[in-house]
Formats: sequence, structure tokens, C-alpha cells
Amino acid sequence: MPSFEFWPTLIVIAAVLFVILHTVAYLILVERKVSAYMQDRIGPNRVGPFGFFQPLVDGVKMFIKEDIIPNHVDKVFYVAAPAIATATALLAFAIVPFGPTSPPPNTVPIKSDLPADDARRIANAEAEFDQQTYREHRSYAIAPGIDIGILFTFSISSLAVYGIILGGWSSNNKYSVLGALRSSAQIISYEIPLGMSILGVVLYSGSLNLEKVIDWQANHGWNILWHPLAFFIFMTSVFAECNRLPFDLPEAEQELVGGYHTEYSSIKFGLFFLGEYTHMITTSFLMAVVFFGGWHLPFGLTDGNAWWQQVLKFAAVGGKAGFFILLYIVVRWTLPRFRFDQLMSIAWKVMIPLAMVNLVLVMFVREFELPIVVISVASLGLLVGSAWLNSKRPGSPRVRIDPRMKRSLAGTVS
Amino acid sequence: MPIEDKDVRWIETPKLGLFDQLYLPAIASGLATTLKHIFMPRVTEQYPEEKPDLPPNYRGAHRLNRDEEGRVKCVACYMCSTACPAHCIDIVAAPSPWPDREKYPETFVIDELRCIYCGMCEEACPVDAIELTSLFDLTGLSREQMMFDKEKLLSVFDQTKTIEKDPVRTSAGRLSVASEPPKSK
Repeated sequence: MPSFEFWPTLIVIAAVLFVILHTVAYLILVERKVSAYMQDRIGPNRVGPFGFFQPLVDGVKMFIKEDIIPNHVDKVFYVAAPAIATATALLAFAIVPFGPTSPPPNTVPIKSDLPADDARRIANAEAEFDQQTYREHRSYAIAPGIDIGILFTFSISSLAVYGIILGGWSSNNKYSVLGALRSSAQIISYEIPLGMSILGVVLYSGSLNLEKVIDWQANHGWNILWHPLAFFIFMTSVFAECNRLPFDLPEAEQELVGGYHTEYSSIKFGLFFLGEYTHMITTSFLMAVVFFGGWHLPFGLTDGNAWWQQVLKFAAVGGKAGFFILLYIVVRWTLPRFRFDQLMSIAWKVMIPLAMVNLVLVMFVREFELPIVVISVASLGLLVGSAWLNSKRPGSPRVRIDPRMKRSLAGTVS
Repeated sequence: MPIEDKDVRWIETPKLGLFDQLYLPAIASGLATTLKHIFMPRVTEQYPEEKPDLPPNYRGAHRLNRDEEGRVKCVACYMCSTACPAHCIDIVAAPSPWPDREKYPETFVIDELRCIYCGMCEEACPVDAIELTSLFDLTGLSREQMMFDKEKLLSVFDQTKTIEKDPVRTSAGRLSVASEPPKSK
């Protein structure tokens, strides 16, 4: 067990919260700017140079707007929902390594060829030494050395759906309830491929602890090389978990007015947004850590512990996460939204079977100690194979066009 | 009447091949399209600083033209108010104080809120006295302010005659033939 120090932990928590909250504010600016650029517009540019102070103004607006609690809502849950959404999103960041880390020591086996007392004493001394060296390296995560690691993030971030469901239900509004129902179905469905996609990674690194996952990648190469299919499944699932386009059905403006936050205003609405963007940051860090080696850079750039290498490690993990955040934004303004039945069929008919077969493949390769490259080739083969299978399925029934109803479809005939 | 078979068209949804079923190439090409737009020129016009480039036939606020002596060109013939589909032009005619024409408008009021900016007054005018300019940012704090009287309309002329966008279009400054008093009198 790594030791727990009160003050350093508190300082790290404060610093990380500060950084996250401000990053979220500026992410909204980045989102607006990037979307504007992609649509040949300029974007916000009135407040400060290049609209640099826009987030501040937005935040002030959120706070001083009239905070309406409609008469027809269930007040307790209505107020609790945005708090849950934000709190769970912030909590999920606790185990994410955002800087250089070192793996916690492994357990020391007690040698059986020595007398029992001696063996225990030697093992204890070794374990103590390991602990000592581990303590000397600072690990930059709020809660370093947590063995359930990524499982904690998954369980906490799936609690965020409570915020959405309670918000939608307590609003006492049909659109809100519809949004909340969609959201619950969506998040529950995508939890499964999300969890299964990283199991292969966990099988190889031997731990759910993210510091160990990074350490394994530093020694064996990034997981994206060995588990490409798992990465695609993971990425698609977290897009769905974050309610980001193309999976933003809970808020689908064109269909549901505002979705689950239709009845919310002022800072309560802002908290929902905060939760969503915090979720984006967390999952971007997860993608960087689990599949792209965390702080690790190739060519031995990050092999030492000199001060510039420490800085480089921060930059590496931050840069990788930043790339995924930008990908979130760019994808949002590129892909159209899925229909709800398509959303469900992708999760249950495509991603879950694929993730399962992929997991079996990884288990197979691990059990028979085949070279790990087999996984990367075979899982890409799986991806192409499933696409091929899908292209062999019979197409949709043909459609009859009534010539008197020029462009509308007169009716489908099976 | 039932539809005959020869009139019925059957369409089938195109089948997706292996490449399309992979989804990822399609997503990549979509991303390439949107990313390409990041480097394209912006179409935004930052309005108060950048004035829009209006087409030459833009129809904005009206003006009453002056002749070369600075008098109002209008001869109060009521052609414009007759042609106006919105009935927004109100003219009170009076005997002209000048010898070269019979009448002149004592008052000439256009309700700019009622006007539909169709430009028919400008077409109807026999002496090219009323014209539509490219002024589009008309504002007022009350309905009364948007009733443009003769002085206001003449001041619009003073304001716009030198701008290249709104040249005095026809027989610049001079009264045209139609304004001449009948010879037989």
C-alpha cells in the first residue's frame, strides 16, 4: 500500500480541480472556435483578443442569470441532479495519471526453500525496500497506486447517468423524460463494450492500475499497436458515454428541444455542461493512458527522471489527451447523429460481439504464448471480417415510388 | 384509380460494400472535408465595421431628388402614390411657386414602416424625382420617426448623391420634359 499524505494530496486535488474547471471553460471556447472555423465562420471574437475572455463572460452569465425552478418539478431531485452529474464527473478523474508516474511495487514472493521465519523476514525487507523506492518517485495522480484503477473510473462515470435520469425525470416534462430514457439505455449499452475492450489490455499489463498499464507500455510498446480493434471499440464507447455526437441522443435538439436539461437554466444547466466536458477530459486522458502510453514517448525520450524529462512527460500525456479532446470536437462537427435504433444495434449487434471475440482472441494468444503481434493482425482481421459479413447481409426491402407523388415514398413493400 | 404497373418505379437502397461497412474510411474522409474548411477563407462579414457590398439595384430608403437649383424635383403628380401597392406615400399638392411647373408637393410623407420597398414608385415617377437608395439601416425609436417627410427625404438625397453607390440615375439634376407646363396655356 502506498502511504497517504494529507497535505500533498489536498494540494494536488485543489490544483487539478482548478485546472480542470478552467480547461472546461476554455474547451467551450475551443469548441465554438473550431466549429466556427470548420463552417468558414470566425467564432466568438468580441470579448478580448480572439474572444479570449469569452469563457469568463459565459461563466459570469451562467451565475447571474435568473435561476428558475419551475413549479411542476420534483424539487429535491431537480436540484440534486446537476450536482450528481458534475460530482461524478469530477470524481472519476481521481485515478487518472496526468503526469509522470511509476508503477507501485509488486508483491514479494516468500521463498519456500528457506526456513519460514527467515523467508518472511527477507520478503518483508524486500517489500519495505520496494515501498521506499516507490515513495521516492512522486506519482502525479490524485490517488496514485489504486489497484482497482480504471474500474473505479468506469463505475463512477457510469453513475453520471443518475444525474441525467434524475434531471429528466424530476423535470416532469415529456422531452426531458425521453432524453433521460434514451440516455440510460445508451449508457448501459455502451458500458459493456467499454469494459470489455480494455480487458485485453488488462490481461497483458496484469493490473487495472493505470500506472502499471503505462509501465507495461513503456516496456513493450503502446497498446494501440497491439490492440487496435480494442482502441476503436473503446473510443466509440466513450463517445457514447460522454453523450457526444454522433451519439448525443439524450439532448438531440431537433427532436427533444433540449433533452434532459430542457427545464434547467442558469448555473444548474451550466453544471450539466461542466459534467459533460469534464467527462470528455477524463476519457481523453484514459485513451491517452490506456492505449497511447501515457507519459511515454518513443526513442528513449522519457527513460530518465531528469527535470526536463519530468516536464516532457507532463507535456506528452497532456498533448495526447489534448489531441483526443480536439478529436471529440472535430468529430462532433463532422458526423451526423445516429438514429436511436441504429445506436442500439451498433452497440448490441456489432460492438459487443466484436469486443467479445477480440477478448477471446487476446486470451487465446496469451494462453498459448504466441507473439503479441498476432493480436494486432488478427484483431484488424476481425474488424474487416465483420464489415465483410455485414456487406453480405440482404439489403433493405425495395421501395415503390408512386409516380403521382413525385418525390415522397408511397409505401414500402416487403 | 389504381396505378398501372408500368408507372410504378421501384427503387432499392444502394448496398454498402466492404469499404463502406468499415465506417472508418468514411469517417476519415468526412474529417478531411471538415478539416479542409479550417483553412478556407472566412465568409463572415463583421457588420458594423465592414459594410456589406450591396448590389447596384438594391432598394433601400427613399429619397426625393433636387434639380440643379436645389428645388424639389417632384411635380406632385400622384403617380407614385397611385402605383404604390402599400399605400405608404401621402402627398399634398400646392400651386408651384416657380414658373416652370404647375404644382409642387407641399408635403410629401412616406411611411417607411409600411413601405415594402418594391420600387414601383421609382418606376412610376415621370420626372425621376423619387428614387430608392442603398441605405438599409433605417432605425427609429417610434412610428412617428419612421414617417419620412419632405425635408427628411430631401436630406437623404443630400446625403447619398455624392456616394458612388447611388448616382442620380436619370437626367441628372434637370427636370425632364414631362414636368414642363402645357404650351397651350
